[in-house]
Amino acid sequence: MTLERWFRRKKPTKGDDDSSPVGLWLKCESCNAQIYRKDLVANLYVCPECQHHYQMPVDARLELLLDEGSFEQWSGHIQATDPLEFVDQEAYADKLKAAQEKHHRKDAIVTGSGLLNGLPVALSVMDFFFLGGSMGSVVGEEIARAVERAADEDRAFIAVTASGGARMQEGALSLMQMAKTTVALERLAEKHLPFISLLTDPTTGGTTASFATLGDIIIAEPKALICFAGPRVIQQTIKQELPEGFQRSEFLLEKGMLDDVLERSKLKDKFAAYIRLLSGKVPQVTLEAEHVATL
Amino acid sequence: MSLPFEKPIDDLEAKITDMRSYAEEQGIDLSEEIGLLERRLEQLKRDTFANITRWQRVQVARIAGRPTGLDYVANVFTDFEELHGDRTLGDDPALVTGLARLGEQTVIVMAQQKGRDTKENILRNFGMMHPSGYRKAMRMFDLADKFRLPIIAMVDTPGAYPGLSAEEQGQAWVISECIQRMSRLKVPAISLVIGEGGSGGALAIAVANRVLILENAIYSVISPESCAAIRWRDSSEAPQAAEALKLTAYDLLDLNVVDRVIDEPLGGAHKEVDATMAIVKSVLLQELGDLLKLDEVSLLEQRRARFRALGRFEEVLEAA
Repeated sequence: MTLERWFRRKKPTKGDDDSSPVGLWLKCESCNAQIYRKDLVANLYVCPECQHHYQMPVDARLELLLDEGSFEQWSGHIQATDPLEFVDQEAYADKLKAAQEKHHRKDAIVTGSGLLNGLPVALSVMDFFFLGGSMGSVVGEEIARAVERAADEDRAFIAVTASGGARMQEGALSLMQMAKTTVALERLAEKHLPFISLLTDPTTGGTTASFATLGDIIIAEPKALICFAGPRVIQQTIKQELPEGFQRSEFLLEKGMLDDVLERSKLKDKFAAYIRLLSGKVPQVTLEAEHVATL
Repeated sequence: MSLPFEKPIDDLEAKITDMRSYAEEQGIDLSEEIGLLERRLEQLKRDTFANITRWQRVQVARIAGRPTGLDYVANVFTDFEELHGDRTLGDDPALVTGLARLGEQTVIVMAQQKGRDTKENILRNFGMMHPSGYRKAMRMFDLADKFRLPIIAMVDTPGAYPGLSAEEQGQAWVISECIQRMSRLKVPAISLVIGEGGSGGALAIAVANRVLILENAIYSVISPESCAAIRWRDSSEAPQAAEALKLTAYDLLDLNVVDRVIDEPLGGAHKEVDATMAIVKSVLLQELGDLLKLDEVSLLEQRRARFRALGRFEEVLEAA
């Protein structure tokens, strides 16, 4: 269940004798503990009792990873056009418009620049609440533009993923975003700039099978579902139960697919360490200081 | 092999055959009547295929008897030497790879192979590749770069295999890597969708300088059945989903997803296999000839620019 739906619940989750008002108290979907909603938010959307990591809204994610006041938004200047005039039980154009109004953004992604412990970075953060974080032409283009601008501005790039995969309402064009985001990354690679991929719950399908798994360093949050084919699809194919923890971060770490699984609170400092180490030398200031000391 | 919508054609064909044998038995001349029916048959075929729905195309793309990857390997190329294995995990029979000649030029050919019967379908896993198959493809890309051999890739898969072992071995990781590796080729690469281009599993061997598609082939982000199951909550709505997905050759040409549509003989590639092979061979020779004129840097840049440009969106005046 998504966190958003959890918050939207009409009826409060409560014990028999609990008369707390709607939404103020929540029952952890992992450990069943009663949590005060404000505590959960203050704890980076991680259950204070069992450390279960809930999906994190985009704004909170930016706040988590960037130095205060340093974020400059790049995305938001393009929007989808419904090239297929796709209609299922509802028109894609209507669905898209509703999502734009509800989430106050053009599509399922935010990109921009900022400082991470003083280091210049650019990042893209997918919004799972916006049509399941699906990747269509706009998401693909925003990522490509952000990666290229990061390369031009000598910034490390961080991609935070949360996505149901390619946006099927844009047909083969959304499939092509897998190749588009991949070729855009070449600019970054040519300048030897670090690309850190942070996989959060859930990251699936075409997103996993493209830029998300091309990070120089690939990190996942605890117990995130990360896969190509979703558990239901696999179950239909093999007609048997899936093992416990299958396709979760810890399982993938064991299989050699990730560099590490990190708790949310540790991400920023770890990322800073990776970027510093990948730059190949200790920061300039320290070098000069050492030079002076030896004179 | 024929499909339900082809029944009027089959009926008329049967009628002509009957009339012929009757004329022969009775020793009478019915050539005028037969000629009339033959012209009607020709017209009927043309009308049927001019008004074919997207779902009917999907059915033609998947029909038993439609030429498979190995049929093209055998008939379009010469001197084929199959090369096996990914050097890590095994050898994936869903992707056939090897050395061959296209005209005078040695190439590396790879073909996703569906079965031509149940037994082969099981052996080939219905053309659904495992991570091992994508590793084999990448090994071939390395070989191609080393010996400066162009890549010709035939696409025909329902999708990458969605199974337990495939996930454990990093299906997503290997597909993204394969996309990246193919985009970095220093040699000409042509991909030809011959049947079904199923999602990321197809794209992984279709990051080519030129992406071609046969008239009745399809290329899609998701199968119509799966799309219907998700969007209509009913997989029997697949015909509607096929319409919505715009997955036919000419749809994809409009969207710039493919560069060229190769027309098939009337009724589909399976009706006149030899003619199909001849058309495909001449198109591939011409396309490859054009690409061989480009140097390494131009090839790389052209391929990168081609995929960088894909997608449809519009600029908005003010930031959200």
